Amino acid sequence: MNDTTMNGIAKSGAMTFPLPLAPVNVNDCLLELYEEHYELEDYQKGVPRWCTGCGDNAILTAVQRLCRDEKLAPEKTVFVSGIGCSSRLPHYMNTYGFHSLHGRALPIAEGIRLARPDLKVFVNMGDGDCCSIGAAHWIHAIRYNMNMTAMLHDNNIYGLTKKQASPTSPIGLKTNTTPRGSYLEALNPLSVTLGVSNVSFVAQVVDWIPKLLYQTLSAAYHHKGFSFVRIIQRCPEWLPTHMDDYLHDPQRVLLLHHENGLEIDSELAKRYTNMEEHDPSNLNRAREIASGSDPIPVGILYRNDDVPLYEEVRSDSRLRTTSLVKNGLEAEFDKFTIWPEGQTRAKHEAA
Amino acid sequence: MEVEEISKVKQKNTNGHAEASGKVAPVDDRSSTATAKAATKGKATRLSEHIVEIISDSGEGAQKCGQSFGAIVAQMGLGVWTTEIIPAEIRPPARSVAGASGNRIRIGSKRISNGGNETDLVIAFNEQVLMGRVRANELKPGCTILLESMWRDDRRIAKTYTDAVEQLLAAGYKVVEIPMDKECRKVVSDPRKGKNMFVLGILCGLYSLDLQTARDQVVLTFGKKAAKVIESNIALLDAGYAWADANLDFKYEIPGAKSTEPQIVVNGNTALALGVLASGMEICAMYPITPATSTSHYLSEAFQEVGGVVHQAEDEIAACCFAIGASYAGKCTVTITSGPGYSLKQEALGLAVMGEIPLVIINVQRGGPSTGQPTKTEQGDLMTAIFGSHGDAPKVVIAPGTIEECFYSVITARKIAETFNMVVVILSDANLASSQQPFKRPVFDEAWLAPPIDQSAIPAGAKPYDWDPKTGLARRFIPGQPGGMHTLTGLAHDENSHVAYDAEINQRAMRARSLKLATLQKTLLPPPVFGDRTGDVLIVGWGSTKGAIEEAVAELREEGKKVSSTHLTFIQPMPPGIKEILAGFKKVITIENNWSDSPADEMIDESNRRYSALAMLLRSRYLVDVDCWSDCRGTPLKPNTVRKVILEAMA
Repeated sequence: MNDTTMNGIAKSGAMTFPLPLAPVNVNDCLLELYEEHYELEDYQKGVPRWCTGCGDNAILTAVQRLCRDEKLAPEKTVFVSGIGCSSRLPHYMNTYGFHSLHGRALPIAEGIRLARPDLKVFVNMGDGDCCSIGAAHWIHAIRYNMNMTAMLHDNNIYGLTKKQASPTSPIGLKTNTTPRGSYLEALNPLSVTLGVSNVSFVAQVVDWIPKLLYQTLSAAYHHKGFSFVRIIQRCPEWLPTHMDDYLHDPQRVLLLHHENGLEIDSELAKRYTNMEEHDPSNLNRAREIASGSDPIPVGILYRNDDVPLYEEVRSDSRLRTTSLVKNGLEAEFDKFTIWPEGQTRAKHEAA
Repeated sequence: MEVEEISKVKQKNTNGHAEASGKVAPVDDRSSTATAKAATKGKATRLSEHIVEIISDSGEGAQKCGQSFGAIVAQMGLGVWTTEIIPAEIRPPARSVAGASGNRIRIGSKRISNGGNETDLVIAFNEQVLMGRVRANELKPGCTILLESMWRDDRRIAKTYTDAVEQLLAAGYKVVEIPMDKECRKVVSDPRKGKNMFVLGILCGLYSLDLQTARDQVVLTFGKKAAKVIESNIALLDAGYAWADANLDFKYEIPGAKSTEPQIVVNGNTALALGVLASGMEICAMYPITPATSTSHYLSEAFQEVGGVVHQAEDEIAACCFAIGASYAGKCTVTITSGPGYSLKQEALGLAVMGEIPLVIINVQRGGPSTGQPTKTEQGDLMTAIFGSHGDAPKVVIAPGTIEECFYSVITARKIAETFNMVVVILSDANLASSQQPFKRPVFDEAWLAPPIDQSAIPAGAKPYDWDPKTGLARRFIPGQPGGMHTLTGLAHDENSHVAYDAEINQRAMRARSLKLATLQKTLLPPPVFGDRTGDVLIVGWGSTKGAIEEAVAELREEGKKVSSTHLTFIQPMPPGIKEILAGFKKVITIENNWSDSPADEMIDESNRRYSALAMLLRSRYLVDVDCWSDCRGTPLKPNTVRKVILEAMA
């Protein structure tokens, strides 16, 4: 049933990479893998079952390009998702993937990060997933600031369960649960994220500008910390015209650029002339920009590279060897031990 | 008249206290045994066992006193079992009946396996907390009560106090009033801090314990505090010891025999935490909940030495998911909770079952449903542990029956979790959590530890869920293993972890996950039978009731009754051989700390009676007419109760 030895020694013929023979603590056994050349196909798996025109397709393509360009070893990369249309994304990545529970992608990703800092972790969530059922985890994930790239696929609607209002649905949106228009002001994911202590990276993009989508995800990936990218995307099935006004009018997109943020190439600059130079270290201005929804701000709103990472704060530099555990355990036992007359730990061990 | 008399006595005593000698006259001369002035000094009554209670308002240190007393007694080679008496609030109002906080220590010449029956001697810091214990029927008739007498001096309280003392005397208790506050003032300025050590001294004197051992224990207890604090506590201990010696006309001695092998004395929660260390697990994800949290408190500290992380998550669901993430990534992780938290984790547990991710979850049960009785013990979560989470989610459920088993259960759980890629639930409870009992110091074994994370390459063509058709087992692919890339999913999936769109796939996968339980079951040994394998009555229990059941069974067997018991550690899967054991007895009864309908109730008959959890399981699996007795009073099971149940069954 299990023909691999438990201590990590592979049968030699099956080895494709040089591996440590008996890794005790992965943190200390990270090997530089051979410089590999990857093609887009190396990250592709299966045929996505998303609707034609769904923003998820654009995100998948951007993510696969990112993996290729960053030469991410597929076996060292994990895509974690919740439940919803967007959360099918890991199934189409030829990396490790974890298609988990509705709302719970973030705590699962955090567990993976803490256990395995050698893995690259990406998280894909929908607006219901992240901002509704998983909202508690979202807020705390920002605070933990663990190194991962979190993508909020925000189409303002529940797709997989067929057109119910989501927390980001604009007021008045007619859905199956709000047939006469949704009752509440939409939740603003950017403002929420920028309001949480320890926030370290917040960006927003739209699915219809692939170049910026890629650039933003790349910046998020390179940020050391919890990178939150809200991707405004279209849902052709339930809200086919919802984004049309924005889509067709470049003036309704506000491009944020800065030498420490995104650099807009000349081609894009020709079409999207509504621009603002925004320094991503300026949190107050980021909050002001975040509060506006028309035009849609696109780019990096906030970045702070100095926020401590939870996994580093909690990390232990010691090699967790058998003797470390044994000695620690014996020392703990000592605190509670009643020794027989004349016996001590030393005598006990000698015997 | 009585009251007048008491005040006269009081007056006399006050004068007595003022005398230079520091020797205190007996405080209550109505108590037949408390009159003489150390007349019986040196002549201690020999006992085989005794149950002592120390109770105070919350924050007065009765718990620390009780724990220290238990430790000293254990050092002296006596058998001991300590049980915490915990109020529901952190700071209940002072002098309230429901606010009793303290410790109950059962000591004896032989090994003690449970908290025992009613209390023989209680030492109380005020009469109100004492009344709470009286009303709960926790005191033995004629029980000796040592009571702080300072309340006589408080005009607002004196009447209440003296009324209570009268009631106690009328009820036949032996009351000895002790001017604790006054005596402590001779040593320290604020007796509220330190009265507990004075009381500890009294108890050490009363039970003829070695004073130096007691002093060493006090040093250990206050080890981290300033030398001044330790000194004053030792002075209080000495004062209490001397006071008992000089003023009490009764004294006990319980002979002990020092163990020839090293023993450790911890409570169940600490034992679980030590088990986590010993199992090699290095991540514990949790959210605070009574009565489980002290395990994590201890681990947070111990991990500093051993290396590891206690992650306090934002909620119970996150704690479980965090643990699942870490386990998925190759480090089998534990999450620790109690009933309400367990309920919240159910969906995530289903995910771990579906994805075949190893996971250890500890549920330190408390009274339910809902918020229930957070500080009280219950065995109400057995069914939810086995059947919880929607759909068929086979999990392993084990229940330690002793403090020692709490330790080893975690090592076993981790091993099973990783061997079978399953969720293993450990069911402890509030009784084990806060009870202390010495057990043989474990001898470290390297095999306890988790193996290093497998990062070897996966052979081409291997599948992440290549279920063995016979056992249901499959080799797990861990992130980092080249060639093992797949997407784990909570959706029904095939051998390649692809979402199942074919009707046959789900059937096949469900079968594999279920078969793993059967495969594990084939490796288990039948449970041992305590007593003969045939007889009139068999008691079946699980979890923390083990000691009480076996004590009662042993006692009745000595009286010639044909009764035996068996105790289940593995409940899901159940070990083989149980049917044969049940067949050896005319009657089979489970005794549990959970709910079952009483056939004596008018509305209850065989068509609607709800049985206790284990009884239900045994009835359905073995088609034996298993009866049950259970209660949800929140107190640990007493041997006397078991005795009564057995005798009634035999009648």
